This record gives sequence, C-alpha cells and structure tokens, in this order.
Amino acid sequence: MAELKEIAKELLTSGTVAYIIGYASEKNDKTVPFIARTVEDAEKLVFTHHSVNNLSVYLKRIKKPESGKVGLVVKGCDLKAVVALIQESQSKREDIYIISPKCNTVVSDNTKPWNKDNIASKCLSCEVRTPSLFDATFGEIETVELPSDEQIELIKKVEAMSTSEKWEFWKNEFEKCVKCYACRQACPLCYCDQCIVDKASPRWIDSSATVQGNFAWNMIRAFHLSGRCIGCEECNRVCPVDIPLSLLNRKMSMFAVSEYDYKAGTSIEEPTLVGTYKLTDNEDFIK
Amino acid sequence: MAENSFEPKITAFVCNWCTYTGADLAGTSRLKQQTNARLIRLPCTGRIDPVFIMKAFQNGADGVLVSGCHPGDCHYNAGNFHARRRWAMFKEMMDFLGIDNKRLHFSWVSASEGKKWVDVIDGVINTVREQGPFTQYKDINKETEIPVK
Repeated sequence: MAELKEIAKELLTSGTVAYIIGYASEKNDKTVPFIARTVEDAEKLVFTHHSVNNLSVYLKRIKKPESGKVGLVVKGCDLKAVVALIQESQSKREDIYIISPKCNTVVSDNTKPWNKDNIASKCLSCEVRTPSLFDATFGEIETVELPSDEQIELIKKVEAMSTSEKWEFWKNEFEKCVKCYACRQACPLCYCDQCIVDKASPRWIDSSATVQGNFAWNMIRAFHLSGRCIGCEECNRVCPVDIPLSLLNRKMSMFAVSEYDYKAGTSIEEPTLVGTYKLTDNEDFIK
Repeated sequence: MAENSFEPKITAFVCNWCTYTGADLAGTSRLKQQTNARLIRLPCTGRIDPVFIMKAFQNGADGVLVSGCHPGDCHYNAGNFHARRRWAMFKEMMDFLGIDNKRLHFSWVSASEGKKWVDVIDGVINTVREQGPFTQYKDINKETEIPVK
C-alpha cells in the first residue's frame, strides 16, 4: 500500500496525471471509490481485499483532462474493461495511466472481513491476478485458497434444464427486477448516450417494471453485452434484488470462447467479436 | 386440420435483395405455400436487430423466421456475415433463457430460390404448429396487461 501512495504522489507531483481514480478506506474495512487530485489526497489511497468496485466505469463519461492523463487503479479483471473500451474506441490508451496491482482476490460482501468464505465469485476463475497491461504495478501475489466455483455449476444446471424449466427459472428471477438500471450504470461497457430502453419513439422495451418489460430489458441488456462482457460481475454486485445477471453474461462469454475463440478484453489490437466475422463461422443452424 | 385447429402466426424478417425477392418469385411462379407468415422486409439481414425478434414475440408471434442472402451474396458485401455471428449468439441466449429454438429459425434464400422459400416457410410453419401457441410469452403479456394483437 505504501507503494501505491508513492506511485500516486510521484505521478501527481510530476503532473503526469491530472488525478487518480482509486480506492479510499471508509469505516471498518470497507473501501469506496476516491479521486485523488493532490499529494495530500494520495495519502488516502488504499488497495485492499475490499477494493471491489470496477473503477473503469468512470472512464465512460470522462472528459480528457486539460493536462496530464487520467490515473486509474484497476485490478487485472477490471483492466479487461479498459482494454474493451479502447478496442471499441471509447478511450485512448495514451490518455490513461494504468496503475494495476497484483491482486490477491477481493471480498464478495464489502461489509464483512475477507476470508475463504467471503471471496467474490469472479475471483474463483481469475487468470489475471498479475496484470498484463500497465504503466505501474505494485503488490505481491500470495497463495489464496479458493472455494469451488458455484456459478459454473449453476450454469451447467440451467443448461441441463428443459425449455420450460429454464423459462420458469428466468421468469422467477426477472420478476424481481425493479428497473433501477443499476446494472447498466455500474457496467463499464454500457456506455450508450441513449440506452435502447430510454428510447420512446418507437418504444422497444417497456420501461416500467412489468414482467414483460423486465424480460425484454434483461434479455436485451444481456445480448448487448454478449461477447463484450469482461466478467467483472459489477451488475451482480449492484443488483438490489439479487438477480444473477452475470450468470447470463458468463454463459454468453463461454459461448464466445467455444464458438469463436474470443475472450473479451484481452487485446487492444484485436477487433471486437461482433465488429468482425470469419468466412468460416459456423452456420449449422441456418437452413 | 380438424384435430388441430391452431394456426400459428409467423413473423418473417427478410432482406430486400434476396429472400424477399425469392418469396416474390414463389408468388409469381404460383408455387403453393401456407399463408401463416407475415413478411417484414428490411434492407439487409445486418439491419435485423434481435430486438425486432423479441418485439415480434411480444406482439403475439408464435414463431420467427429470419432470412437473407447466402454468404458471399450480400448486396452490401458483409451484412449477412455480421448477422450470422449475431444470430448464433442470440439463438444460444434464447435457448438459455428458455425460448424454444423450434420457434426461432434462420435461413439463406436467394432471389432465384422461390422453391426453397416455399420449403423453408412451410417447414417453419409446420414446426411451429407442432409446438402449439407460444403461451409462455403470451402469459407474461397478459400479466402485464398489454393486449396481444
């Protein structure tokens, strides 16, 4: 953590960055997003097991600072969102100073202490605890004992269901939706200036929280993220009614890997999955 | 017909350059076909947003067919290649959400394939007829009190 503060102070003093988006401690162990603009602010920056938020979400609406870059503290998993934003021309690599720590997993519940039973589900299949793309890094990798990945088991369980069972499963989940759009706001890749659900002419998706509107919204939200979702699971974390949104996202990411050998957010140069095609793409399902 | 009086409503999203013209050819050639499909003509399969498919189900369609030019024949060169990826993903997602793939069909029909169009559309109509009305989606419409047209 001292390393982070040193890096931040130097960057702010030298004017390399205009500000640094990072984490600061709140009461107990909890951390909150924090923007450090001065050297004094840099003292407050921390990175702990409680640094759960995906801060790349702040890149969505950001204006380029007048001088210097935007400093961003991102974990390896969230870094994929930065890569995806660059791939999709929403950000420029040269505008962002990436400070990516070596991460020893984060908590699932930010109000409770980190332990074996309080580890975020995205960490269970993490391959990027040591980041691959960064301007500065810090920390050391420690061995962490991980519980089994229940989400993947649930995906297999849903896949094995009959059509009507699947429908009932999702209907029960989507019925809870209150249309708060927290999933959209927290998602680093949901950056449209006008979301399709806000379009009123024509009204594609019923914007009130009706069963049909909920189904339409969740279906289209997941589809718009198919092959783009980087799996930070922020949608899951912020959902006030605990709909397993990332279950659907992860299923589609798995499909993108198995069908097109495409992993979102891995390479800046690679074209996006839906932005390109291959002549040899499977078309067995087309008559 | 006597034992099963259900007639499905099929929405077919077709591209202007190939499948629509192919269906037109089927008509002008006086080929016999079932008439359960409502054709919606769009410039290209690349223009067929999956939200259209969802909207069709919302508005009471029992099945949907999406059809366009064969790969390599696209009027806009690559529209159908892009669409192919999108469909594959949309179909996979629909299946995971519990919408039967027997209600969602895709095909390539060129402007000269009037006969293929008849085979495809009859096939789709027969498959969906076997499935019966799409009550799952109609029920959520009812709960929402949006009238099904």
